[in-house]
Amino acid sequence: MSANAETVQSRIEIKDASFSLWLRQVGAILRLELKKNFFSRRSVLVYLLALMPIGLLTLVEIINPPGRTSQQFLSIYSIFYNAMILRTVVFFGCAWIFMNLFRGEIVDRSLHYYFLSAVRREVLVAGKYISGLLTSIVLFTTVTVVCMLLVFFSHYYAESSRLFLDGPGMNHLFWYLTITVLACIGYGAFFLVVGLFFRNPIIPALVLYGWEWINFLLPPLLKKISVIHYLNSLVPVPLSEGPFAVVAEPTPAWISIPGLIIVTALVLFAAGTRIRRMEVRYGSD
Amino acid sequence: MRNPSETIIFDNVSKFYGEILGVNRVSLEIPSGITSLVGPNGAGKTTLMNLMTGLLRPTRGKLTVLGIPTDRPELLFRKLGYCSQFDSFPRGLTGREFINSFLMVSGFTRRQAGDLTVKALERVELLPAADRKIGAYSKGMRQRVRLAQSIAHQPSVLILDEPLNGLDPMVRAETIALFKQFAADGLHLIISSHILHEVDMMSDRVVLLNNGYVVAEGAIHGVRDEMDVEHPAQILIRCDQPSVLASRIFQHSDIVEARVHDDRQGLFVKTRSPDQFYLSLNEVVAQGQITVESIAPVDDDLSAVYEYLIGAQ
Repeated sequence: MSANAETVQSRIEIKDASFSLWLRQVGAILRLELKKNFFSRRSVLVYLLALMPIGLLTLVEIINPPGRTSQQFLSIYSIFYNAMILRTVVFFGCAWIFMNLFRGEIVDRSLHYYFLSAVRREVLVAGKYISGLLTSIVLFTTVTVVCMLLVFFSHYYAESSRLFLDGPGMNHLFWYLTITVLACIGYGAFFLVVGLFFRNPIIPALVLYGWEWINFLLPPLLKKISVIHYLNSLVPVPLSEGPFAVVAEPTPAWISIPGLIIVTALVLFAAGTRIRRMEVRYGSD
Repeated sequence: MRNPSETIIFDNVSKFYGEILGVNRVSLEIPSGITSLVGPNGAGKTTLMNLMTGLLRPTRGKLTVLGIPTDRPELLFRKLGYCSQFDSFPRGLTGREFINSFLMVSGFTRRQAGDLTVKALERVELLPAADRKIGAYSKGMRQRVRLAQSIAHQPSVLILDEPLNGLDPMVRAETIALFKQFAADGLHLIISSHILHEVDMMSDRVVLLNNGYVVAEGAIHGVRDEMDVEHPAQILIRCDQPSVLASRIFQHSDIVEARVHDDRQGLFVKTRSPDQFYLSLNEVVAQGQITVESIAPVDDDLSAVYEYLIGAQ
């Protein structure tokens, strides 16, 4: 060890404590987190989840070539998107990605390295959340697009092309992508907080999953305390929720989109407050 | 009281894990230099370190490091580095990536981070292995990369939890020399260690902990001196006529016990006033009847202090 080397000379100072510093710190957190989110062993599960609807659709297309019209395709995709992509892949994918942002680090006993850095913990929350958001949006919007292409273009290419170029296809795709992005924003914030507050985040995740599934049975006021209600309000092809459903007016997009974003901001604020008081005690976790 | 911006101050700090005591009513002022935390397992050493670094929050009391409250990591870790005992790392990173990444998280630019990373790795002699995955490092290398990470941003306060664990003797000696160099440069070093003779060798002061309480603190010899009433100082005098010496010096009022060594070439003396005893001994020796070869305190070190204060409990 070079004991003779000088210790205090040429000490480099971080001079600014400004927004640009926070941006630089968020950038550094993103580099670390995105690498983990996309290339770690934990990410395999998310890839498998994302591949599930694509594989399922491919299988269906192979064994059961449909003979339906493009309008029927739009309904089929709407049901498939809602049940398979939104409620399953995006929900559980976000749960896995966002809960592991902090909980995974606690399990790996590596969270303290972040806590021992000269970074505001709120900035750490922001960096991690954005990394989860980028990961989930890249993966799940890809799934949304690929599944739509599989449903429409695997048969009747010409008719599907017309639907997308001259019909409502592109508009539908835009709204499905918007819903996917909003779902990542909303569920992401929820699961990030769950990962911070709960030692076993699976239980609150399952409670939310159940709540989202029984949403169609809930009275109109309670429906609004959910993510799925606002997302379903944006679906381009209205879904039938069955004979037992309690019908409620869909929330207009100009309310549901900013509403979801405001609630997300509040949830992230709670995460920021929580993390300032958080202790690292791996033994008890 | 020292200037708060130059010291680490514990003001009646307690930490409880539920109903379990971590540390209780700790009031300390730690100046620059090497301060060692000593105590058996579960004494509260790591709790004290985690409190200083904000990884734990005090249940009661107040704690500042160079005037900075420990719940302001964005300010605290510009001045503080912590080499913890957690032998775990973010997965898949090389030594260089590990240090560089967290410097950038702290806000250093890419270039600054790169330069500081190289300096830190050089200092712990890990530069040749910098681009290997940490997962492939030996225990000693992992210890050194943690040390490098804690010193990379050139902190004024360095907290090291068992920093010599896993290091071979050669590297241990070099690391101790490095710590002494840091202390000479005016840094605060707070070190916990189980190896008492190493602590004795490098520390300016010690904090002895047991069951979550500070049992004693200060310079080792100062702590020992305060124990003279309960535990008289033991001194071994190597000489040719120990019996004669015993008869002469036993007239001294503070002598508690004088015993001839088994080889009959020395005398053990227990005294509550060692300074006074040395003066008396000078007078005896000056008379020229007894030839003294050496005089050495037997229990004026950290091991003895530890044994008296903690070992007995």
